[in-house]
Amino acid sequence: MALLQIAEPGLSAAPHEHRLAVGIDLGTTNSLVATVRSGSAAVLADEFGRSLLPSVVRYLQNGETVVGHEAQSEQTRDAQNTISSVKRFMGRSVKDIKDAPALPYRFVDAPGMLQLQTRAGVKSPVEVSADILRALKTRAESALGGELTGAVITVPAYFDDAQRQATKDAARLAGLNVLRLLNEPTAAAIAYGLDNGAEGTYVVYDLGGGTFDISILKLTRGVFEVMATSGDSALGGDDFDHRVYCWILEQAGLHGLSAQDGRLLLTRAREAKEALTEHLDTRVTALLSDGQAIDLTLDQATFRQITKTLVDKTLLPVRKALRDAGIQAEDVKGVVMVGGATRMPHVQKAVGDFFGQPPLTNLDPDKVVALGAAIQANVLVGNKTDDEWLLLDVIPLSLGIETMGGLAEKIIPRNSTIPVARAQEFTTFKDGQTAMSIHVVQGERELISDCRSLAHFVLRGIPPMVAGAARIRITFQVDADGLLAVSAREMTSGVEASIEVKPSYGLGDEDISRMLTESLSHVQDDIEARKLREAVVDAESLRDATVSALASDGDLLAEDERQLVDTALAAIAEAIAADDTRQVNQATHHLNKVTEDFAARRMDRNIQRALKGQNIAEL
Amino acid sequence: MAITLSETAARHVSQFISKRGKGLGIRLGVKTSGCSGMAYKLEFVDVANDEDIAFESHGVKVFTDAKSLAYIDGTELDYTKEGLNEGFKFNNPNVKNECGCGESFNV
Repeated sequence: MALLQIAEPGLSAAPHEHRLAVGIDLGTTNSLVATVRSGSAAVLADEFGRSLLPSVVRYLQNGETVVGHEAQSEQTRDAQNTISSVKRFMGRSVKDIKDAPALPYRFVDAPGMLQLQTRAGVKSPVEVSADILRALKTRAESALGGELTGAVITVPAYFDDAQRQATKDAARLAGLNVLRLLNEPTAAAIAYGLDNGAEGTYVVYDLGGGTFDISILKLTRGVFEVMATSGDSALGGDDFDHRVYCWILEQAGLHGLSAQDGRLLLTRAREAKEALTEHLDTRVTALLSDGQAIDLTLDQATFRQITKTLVDKTLLPVRKALRDAGIQAEDVKGVVMVGGATRMPHVQKAVGDFFGQPPLTNLDPDKVVALGAAIQANVLVGNKTDDEWLLLDVIPLSLGIETMGGLAEKIIPRNSTIPVARAQEFTTFKDGQTAMSIHVVQGERELISDCRSLAHFVLRGIPPMVAGAARIRITFQVDADGLLAVSAREMTSGVEASIEVKPSYGLGDEDISRMLTESLSHVQDDIEARKLREAVVDAESLRDATVSALASDGDLLAEDERQLVDTALAAIAEAIAADDTRQVNQATHHLNKVTEDFAARRMDRNIQRALKGQNIAEL
Repeated sequence: MAITLSETAARHVSQFISKRGKGLGIRLGVKTSGCSGMAYKLEFVDVANDEDIAFESHGVKVFTDAKSLAYIDGTELDYTKEGLNEGFKFNNPNVKNECGCGESFNV
């Protein structure tokens, strides 16, 4: 019979309607899947009890695909067809991958994202990631005894739109319903229940196998905002193994090792590192292929000493992130440790000393991100009561469109919580305008040229109307993953156009902070520039209206009146050319005045025309 | 009249409640639905109802209501593993037949 889990009070599911949700940590080195069972988050292990699934995919001769440990063990023998660390390639082109020539893969450059030539054909990183996700999905479905309702997948905080979209595409390809993408540091914070705790600033220190990430999160009213991120993409637990490996070579006076002996000693080095987490010293023994026996003892003090520079190296990005976030170490309310390498006691001590408080370490640092994602997934599918608040993220930069005169009109302001949808109405600028070009931008500055262009699209088929009569409703929608969709609809005719914004490259956090700082230091310039542009737009619109009125009803003006209007028109052109806000405003005001009477006469004539030939009874 | 927990089930319930941080015990019950007429209910209890009938088994409080008890009297709740899956199982002596999945039953 089906096995049941304990539900929250009043939330027992009807038979066959269990809402099975998982959290997935799609990692560079290893991936995990977790779920909430009977109210507790737990990582789901495979049939051998292993929680970690190495993020390695191998394409076999017979068309089969193997994922995980089995693929990893063949990595050196079949390097070209065994893809590891594919996360680094998500949403990236070949030129983005600096060490591409050193990697054993056959890269194929493709627009937007690179691809890999394997014996199973050309594979995009999205497909390789989908193979990893499929393996996790299968594991989860057999562990939970049913089909998954949805999944929360974690991504690094610094992932841009293209990388997030690629991750989402991979999940869809694997047949997963993505409830949302969640930032890894945010997931770690949720796993520790920080979202239910006190507001404040938290630091997530993530030292994985090969990468180091530091994130500064600010929790306000249940919303985690990523204030700054930093890190080192070539620093991780593997470097500690390597230091021990070098120490073994030095102590035993070895050089010119065979590849096989090298691998053996590297494994022994890793085992020694892991043993020193629990013990004060450990023995390192190995029998090399030439019969030489290695027997050494490594104690914690020596280990600390040979890896001290590595620990210190992690503190540089920590300082940088604090500086970017504009805070001091003592402002930090809590420090969360993520990644297997943070098990090392001297790493914990260094972090504790730096922040003046012991870091949070009671959850398994390899699992903490997946656990947080599972907790979030459980809430999102509705297995929790309504009073459990939903954690939200915010958008880092304002989103808007370009309006006349090269100005940016913000539609969704920065720090809005997502998901969010906002709409605003715009109109046509010229008589008979039948199309409108919509330029979507991101940034805090007033002028388009200072913002980042995200997308262009055109709304066509607007019925010809006088300027200002069309009502074009522009809707911006940012989903829970931070992806933007923009649609435009002319309200009287119903014509529509829309675009999903998938920029070919994204903004790094450094770009974001640069754009924010610039917007602050340019506030005055921007306001001046905006005033001028607005004045020019008003002047041009009045000029165009006057010119078209003269063309149709010019006969209503006497010679001298016509002269006055023409002079005023010329003054406007001159003022616009001079780029002088005051002069433009004065010229506009003047033209308005001299055409007042003309406008009244035109209106009379139009009314007469409209009434002519109509039966009084119809009015 | 009683509902009991196996020792394994009791241990898991205690763990889940302590991890959850709150809860008086668990509620076992039945509701009418499912492909065979009735379905089990298994929930945490934060507030007991006046009409609740409570038992205690291996230190865990088990709540139910009179109507449910008629269908599940004598049930032992067990915790088992089946392959990768694990969870609670109702060993209910009143069941005449159940649907293939065992999530719903009739008496």
